[in-house]
Amino acid sequence: MSVLRTPGGLSLRWRRRSAAVVTGCASATLLLALAAVGGGGDHPMSPADVLRTLTGGGSPAEEFIVGELRLPRLVTALAVGAALALAGAVVQSLLRNPLGSPDVLGLTQGAATGALVVVVLGGGTLTLAGAATAGGLAAGLLIAAVTGRRGLAGARVVLVGIGVAAILTGVNGWLLTRAQLMDAARAVLWLTGSLDGRGWAQALPLLGVLAASTPLLFGYGRALSMTELGDEAAIAAGVPVRRARRALLGAAVLLASVAAAAAGPVSFVALTAPHLARRLTRAPGPNLLASALVGAVLLVAADLVAQRAVEGRQLPVGVVTGVLGGAYLVWLLAAQRRAGRS
Amino acid sequence: MLLSIAVGARPLSPAEVWQGLVSTASPEHSVVHQMRLPRTLLGLLAGAALGVSGALMQALTRNPLADPGLLGINAGASAAIATAVGLLGIGTVGGWIWFAMLGAAAVTALGYAVGGGRRATPERLALAGAALNAVLFSYVSGMMLIDAASLDRLRFWTVGSLAAAEFATVRTVAPFIAAGLLAALAGARALNALALGDDAARALGARPALVRVGTITAVTLLCGAATAACGPIVFVGLLVPHLVRRLTGPDLRWLLPACAVYAPVLLLGADVAGRVLGRPGELQVGLVTAVLGGPLFLRLVARR
Amino acid sequence: MSGNPRLGGVGLTLAYERRIVAEGLSVDVPDGSFTVVIGPNACGKSTLLRALARTLRPRAGTVLLDGRDIHSLPSRAVARTLGLLPQSSVAPDGITVADLVSRGRYPHQGLLRQWSAEDERVVAESMADTGVAELADRPVDELSGGQRQRAWIAMALAQRTPLLLLDEPTTWLDIAHQVEVLELCARLHEQGRTLVAVLHDLHQAARYATHLIAMRDGRVVTSGDPREVVTADLVQEVFGLPCRIVADPETGTPLVVPAARRPAISPRR
Repeated sequence: MSVLRTPGGLSLRWRRRSAAVVTGCASATLLLALAAVGGGGDHPMSPADVLRTLTGGGSPAEEFIVGELRLPRLVTALAVGAALALAGAVVQSLLRNPLGSPDVLGLTQGAATGALVVVVLGGGTLTLAGAATAGGLAAGLLIAAVTGRRGLAGARVVLVGIGVAAILTGVNGWLLTRAQLMDAARAVLWLTGSLDGRGWAQALPLLGVLAASTPLLFGYGRALSMTELGDEAAIAAGVPVRRARRALLGAAVLLASVAAAAAGPVSFVALTAPHLARRLTRAPGPNLLASALVGAVLLVAADLVAQRAVEGRQLPVGVVTGVLGGAYLVWLLAAQRRAGRS
Repeated sequence: MLLSIAVGARPLSPAEVWQGLVSTASPEHSVVHQMRLPRTLLGLLAGAALGVSGALMQALTRNPLADPGLLGINAGASAAIATAVGLLGIGTVGGWIWFAMLGAAAVTALGYAVGGGRRATPERLALAGAALNAVLFSYVSGMMLIDAASLDRLRFWTVGSLAAAEFATVRTVAPFIAAGLLAALAGARALNALALGDDAARALGARPALVRVGTITAVTLLCGAATAACGPIVFVGLLVPHLVRRLTGPDLRWLLPACAVYAPVLLLGADVAGRVLGRPGELQVGLVTAVLGGPLFLRLVARR
Repeated sequence: MSGNPRLGGVGLTLAYERRIVAEGLSVDVPDGSFTVVIGPNACGKSTLLRALARTLRPRAGTVLLDGRDIHSLPSRAVARTLGLLPQSSVAPDGITVADLVSRGRYPHQGLLRQWSAEDERVVAESMADTGVAELADRPVDELSGGQRQRAWIAMALAQRTPLLLLDEPTTWLDIAHQVEVLELCARLHEQGRTLVAVLHDLHQAARYATHLIAMRDGRVVTSGDPREVVTADLVQEVFGLPCRIVADPETGTPLVVPAARRPAISPRR
């Protein structure tokens, strides 16, 4: 633990280990970012070239490649990773369940429904993003409506979410059969999660939502770590539990929906990133900042792998995260079982 | 009872067509005959299989919210079939069924082990199932992306439908489902004992480990066969045992046969509803059960 | 005692979902007392404590803290006056004792006032008071039942509240740990705090309480000094148990001895 106190009575406290993890992740992000912008594609560039281009000294071709193709893709990846990881961390902490994530609650399925409707009816990329956001939000509202006045506590939300997810999965499958084969292929690509051709139009709204929700998340962050002690303990310590839970879940729904709108429902980042963050920092509690950074690193790394894994062909990033995440999840559950925790 | 189900599905077709169907003499209806009758038979079999396997899962996990679909068993069968279609190019139900069985068996065992085995709680099992579903979903969609032909096949299969039924299909799955139903009924007494907890069951002379393995085998036979033939159909296995339990009480010796009777009613009902609502085409039965069954599930949870 | 006590409830109707636990319930917690609530299972004693701790909102009536409706007061301000040891609490995986106890400082902190020197002092003091200082770096889930309970009490103490409510603090503990926790409560009371605890054991209640509230079926049967209140008639009325009251040989407080049920049927000797 390190503490910084000012004479005016202000004080900040942080864990040395968490701080180290955050710094480490941030530098890893920077390195990966350089690699992502520089390498790959048909026009490899050295890190020096990249830096020169970024500071305005590149050729027009380089300007285009970096500024219009690679940089926006990178920014989207970073933002999607961070947003999904934050949503996952909040959901896991609120539900007091290490397996909570926006997929489990049906939020990503909701986004998928929105997107599929657009695919079936026909519509542009922006309409699709809007519909996906709306779909995710609608699924969140549905959960809130069903759990109703009893509040958004633990197990009930999980079960309701699973029900909502199952219904939407049925609907999504049906929508998929309604589409033309070409459209269906496009829809499946979207459903898997992909960063191909993502530009500023996807990155900017997501950055906006991230910027808007960050103060809220960190403001309620301490309340969040109190609710982990149980509702009664949290209320007794003066946490406005209901309000905090509503605000936090709302923010998580928004983040997950907008992230899905930008890159599709990339699987497992939301589930895995908070776990990895907790393992790295070894700190209890939601680990919001560390989770967000780990999520960003994960997605950028997965995208690098996806672009290079198969010669001459780009995999959607969701396949990479799905395979890696699935393996991690099974290992996690097995480990948890061995530890005998309920 | 079985007759009434068969009749229940009929009234949709105009009465004279039906008359023609029954009297095999009228040749112009034999086409309809070949489509409608196997479809009804398959609905009966699949419905019974799903209903009973749902009741078994609920008894085995001591969890009223267990359902083969929710626990990822159907998704396991889907993933296996996706492999069969995508990588091996197998296109017939007769070929699929073995893969579906294998996938269902693997995921059943995994879901139960991962969900905590004997210490499983409702939430953990549900989450383990949801997680497995998510893994398998991304795998299946990966398969679909690799190959447009399997996408075209799988996207129709994954909704869950009785529309592709033929007599050959019925003949292939019937032995598996029959075996599964028999195993289930034979194990009902032992499962009843297990419902009181492992120690009590042992005291009553049952062998918990054996009963578990037997039940899982029965679930795999039933669910794998039904899924292979119709695709993943959710909520039937969840809802029917609940509705039936109100009539029979928790005794599995009554509950299981009752599920085997009522689940087909529900499934065929949903199938008929899908045909009526979807005119001039039809809605897949899997969609109908999701849209009708889902809200019921939510009500159940919200009232708990 | 003069004037209104700091904490009390007036005309409370308490309910979970559709089940009404108590109607028209009024209680006072005398200032500076160690009040113990007793009663048979499901008589509403824990529910009453929850209402007093504002974790359960009454269907009707008001819980008054310093003369004002507790739900109208800012949540953190209440948390600086009133602490609660909940009956069931979950420690997140891997949280250490020091970490748990320091979370009790929540109502005294802010986004830019995360860890003052005062926080540090109070946490150390609370851990010392409850005897968990040497366990500070151990994960809570590795502790024994008694140690864990003391760690949670330390967290409630770190809130530095003049009023402390404890919901069945001795449940699940063996007799030695029960006494350990109750002795700690008595010490806290001597230091000037007002304590309210729900207890199961009549004997312990009579020994430690300065004020006893006996409940049955959602109403208060009687309340007052345990030495005056605990009688054979009361035990019969509240618990339906025929008994004799003798003086505790250690403290002289009332000790409930259940009547032998079948002296005539199976006489030994």
